[in-house]
Amino acid sequence: MRFTPIVGVVVGLALTVSACGGDDGGDDGGGGTAKQSTEAQLSGRGPITFVSGKDTSGNRQKQVDAWNKDHPNEQARIIELPESADQQREQMIQNAQTKSDAYTILNMDVVWTAEFAANRWLTDLPKSQFDVSAMLPPTVATAQYRDRLYAVPLNADGGLLYYRKDLLDAAGVKEAPKTWDEVWAACDKVTKTSEGKGVSCYAGQFDKYEGLTVNVSEVINGAGGSVVDASGKPTVNTPEAKKGLDVLVQAVKDGRIPKQAITFKEEEGRRYFESGKLLFHRQWPYQYALANKKGTSKVVDKFAVAPLPGVSGPGASTLGGHNLAISAFAKNKATAADFIKFITSEESQRADLLATSQAPPNAALYDDPELVKKFPYLPTLKASILGAKPRPIVVKYGDVTTAIQEETYNAITGKTPSDQALSSLQTKLGQLIQP
Amino acid sequence: MATTTKEPPSAGAAKTPRPPKKERDVQGSGRLSALLLSPTIMVLALVVGYPVIAAFRESLYKRGEVLDAQGFIVESERFVGLDNYTAIFSGENADAFWNAFYNTTFFLVVTVSLETVIGVAMALIMHQALRGRAFVRASILVPWAIPTAISGLLWRWIFQTDGVANAIIGRQILWTTDGFHAKLGIIVAETWKTAPFIGLLVLAGLQMIPREVYEAAKVDGASAFEQFRRITLPLVKPALLVAVLFRMLDALRMFDLPFVLIGPNKDSVETLTMIAWQEANNLRYGPAAAYATVLFVYIAVLAYLFVKLLGADVIGEARQQRKPSAKRKKLGKVSA
Amino acid sequence: MTAVTAPGAAKSPRASKGAWRRRLLYAGVALVVGYCLVPFYWMIVSAFRRPANQFENTPLPAPFSLENFSAVFNPDNGFGRSLVNSVVVAGVTTVLTLIVGVFTAYALARLDFRFKNALLGIIIATSMFPGISQIVPLLKLFTDIEWMNTYQAMILPSLGFALPLAVWNLNVFFRQLPFELEQAAMVDGCSRGQAFRKIIIPLAAPGVFTTAIITFIAAWNEFLIARTMVNEKDMQTATVAISKFTGSATFDQPFGTQMAAGVVVTVPLVVMVLIFQRRIIAGLTAGGVK
Repeated sequence: MRFTPIVGVVVGLALTVSACGGDDGGDDGGGGTAKQSTEAQLSGRGPITFVSGKDTSGNRQKQVDAWNKDHPNEQARIIELPESADQQREQMIQNAQTKSDAYTILNMDVVWTAEFAANRWLTDLPKSQFDVSAMLPPTVATAQYRDRLYAVPLNADGGLLYYRKDLLDAAGVKEAPKTWDEVWAACDKVTKTSEGKGVSCYAGQFDKYEGLTVNVSEVINGAGGSVVDASGKPTVNTPEAKKGLDVLVQAVKDGRIPKQAITFKEEEGRRYFESGKLLFHRQWPYQYALANKKGTSKVVDKFAVAPLPGVSGPGASTLGGHNLAISAFAKNKATAADFIKFITSEESQRADLLATSQAPPNAALYDDPELVKKFPYLPTLKASILGAKPRPIVVKYGDVTTAIQEETYNAITGKTPSDQALSSLQTKLGQLIQP
Repeated sequence: MATTTKEPPSAGAAKTPRPPKKERDVQGSGRLSALLLSPTIMVLALVVGYPVIAAFRESLYKRGEVLDAQGFIVESERFVGLDNYTAIFSGENADAFWNAFYNTTFFLVVTVSLETVIGVAMALIMHQALRGRAFVRASILVPWAIPTAISGLLWRWIFQTDGVANAIIGRQILWTTDGFHAKLGIIVAETWKTAPFIGLLVLAGLQMIPREVYEAAKVDGASAFEQFRRITLPLVKPALLVAVLFRMLDALRMFDLPFVLIGPNKDSVETLTMIAWQEANNLRYGPAAAYATVLFVYIAVLAYLFVKLLGADVIGEARQQRKPSAKRKKLGKVSA
Repeated sequence: MTAVTAPGAAKSPRASKGAWRRRLLYAGVALVVGYCLVPFYWMIVSAFRRPANQFENTPLPAPFSLENFSAVFNPDNGFGRSLVNSVVVAGVTTVLTLIVGVFTAYALARLDFRFKNALLGIIIATSMFPGISQIVPLLKLFTDIEWMNTYQAMILPSLGFALPLAVWNLNVFFRQLPFELEQAAMVDGCSRGQAFRKIIIPLAAPGVFTTAIITFIAAWNEFLIARTMVNEKDMQTATVAISKFTGSATFDQPFGTQMAAGVVVTVPLVVMVLIFQRRIIAGLTAGGVK
């Protein structure tokens, strides 16, 4: 009852505590890390912890058991965090604030890297030791901050356009649409057929949460715009960005995006798609297996996937996924480094994909015929990830994404015109992003 | 007040009330109270006091404001005095603050009033029910016993677009979007969950009222309503006030329910605690602590006013107890 | 509402009026029970649906399935063990809260000392700060004294959260009892302690018992501290275990499993309260009749 969880509120108190200790708070804590100007040495061997939200299949525990069998003196233990990503981040930050060595390896969402790295909560990983060349370059980009490697990609996620192949066939549309105009044209044809009557045209994740940032970034990128440019400056106050955002604004206005879609997160949208009421759906790969499950889904074998559409050509997905990092305050970093290599090896990733259907960062796996047979969306996903744009790699990511959600939600729900929303977003981002 | 008016029902010990032995009471009373009070004080000082003082200190500082050339946050702590506080009331922050202030107050007034009415009604009914009393009592515990996060999910489920709430009313209301309907959703869920809290505490208060008091009133020919107003309410008032007071403290710090049910960053349900959380979540601990402190002050003021205006018998009555003669006079008045 | 307000009135044999009153009373009972249980019913129905039919709005689960419950007790979750931990933490917290709270409330209600109101004010003020303020300083403290992954790291904070309400509430109930009772007992040769134990506690039983229920439920549902202070699976409490449930894939929310777990943690709690209620109240009052 009386315990209002604002966990974070006083996470900062830890700083109070540490400030009394009078040290400057660099990465002391454990295995003797050097100053950040040189590459950190990963030293120390012994027991480690692997801190992560629970994996959906139990495969992770198997991997850890296999590791422990071969490393009797360097045992790994899984520390399970709650399912909610917000809570995972909160707990990791709390432990960093107290400089606790309880957490060794952190399984982090791709958007946390900059914030954690800038606060010196992560160990700088020597690029000489971690070979990430076999991984899809965009996934590696999410593990870096200011050209330094702070994590190793564990899995990748890219958006796909799910579409009802049966309905497109019935309407005589031969190919999946590549542009928004084609999407709407196909939709108009389908709704005129008897099979497609009453079907909603398009949906993504439009509730006011991280998913909205993902979807809006995608339409902006797909229109040739960007949220931030290569140097990190915000660029949302451009004609391209407006063109992108207007795709969604207009579609909500003319009902091609159904009204309830502004309450959709991943799961609401998936249910809608699986109920057969949706023609096109922007969604992550996880939906593929679920929407093909007999009994729950009414669209089994009736859909296919394509790359996301853009304004005048194929669009660009936003990148999701997880990376593994080593806490700056951990002991036994050498063991941790070995463990990360073990768990991100091609072999482990293959097993992971088979067990969890989580897309791997390893490029070769996408062309493996056996895997492609089991996961037919892999080639499309590879294209999606290769063309994907990361979300802004900024220290104040939390504020940035809140600002994006705030302004674009207002635009999509018709509260403010899109140009006004974008110019006010530009101002806000300018204040939040330090060069 | 009339709280001291009754004879306990089965108290064989109260055969001959004698004047109190004052000397004995006062003697050693100081040391005894120190002994009895110290565990509570120690626990509270450690678990609550120390962190709260640390938070207050934090609210006077800012840290981690700039990045160095290599993109690391410069770890410096800067004393900013009341800047974190004044920032709350200026510019865009002020709009967000007053919006959250309004929401918090609105939820307080609406939910606590509803809960009080429903809770008291529950208690009266439970107190009356002769058969199945245990069952009624068990069912009333249910909403209160479900962990908040789970009941938040349950209600989100009920209120989702294709959920049962919309199925029942036969309209498609987008409950989780910004707007008054979101507030309504919170009120329904919150009232459901916490009215039993007041119900339970008031029921306990009712059980302390001896039947003799009512028998006497009935002899006087008082109507049911009059009995409620003249006997039940005054006698149960202290328990009710404590229940309402603690509900107020909780309602003012409401967080999980709007967070789970509707989501963060939605203006129509954003509470002060959510703003504080948002600040801390983005590592602005100084401002977060300032929001928390402002909320603390607001709660303290409301609680103080509440006790001052309504709760004289909860707090200020200690002295009166020492005057048995005055008390016996009142006792006579009611039971006569 | 007014018709049912006077205890004892329903007993009065004024024939037709009594029957009418009883009907009204039962209508009221039905209303209260319905109010409390209808949303809970939805939770139960959701728990007994097949995950495949999770999102249906039929009033009964069709087909009926225990899949969600078996998912809750999947050995991976360690849910059984977490229930034991919750019982230990909430049980010990409740006992300690009652002991400490009863003494403090007694002192506040019966003894004379200065700054009494100020003390009451300070005690309640500890319930006014947004709860989370405690988390990080306590995490730091408990790490330093090596209390991580222990029961006391969860019990002590819960005790601190529960005490203000317990003290205030017990204070009110103690104060309602006439002072003469104890004085008479003391004159009759009881020590102050005996008078307290044999007279006050039994008479204040409803208040003590209600305080116990509320404390137990609050501690049983505590989440933040338990989540923060424990990182070993064997020591986690039920609410923390529930927060870790996952669906079949990353975004798939395990709603059915969570509802089933909600039923599992709620029903035994309520049943237990029912059983203890009789025992405890009987036990407490037995002392008083003496």
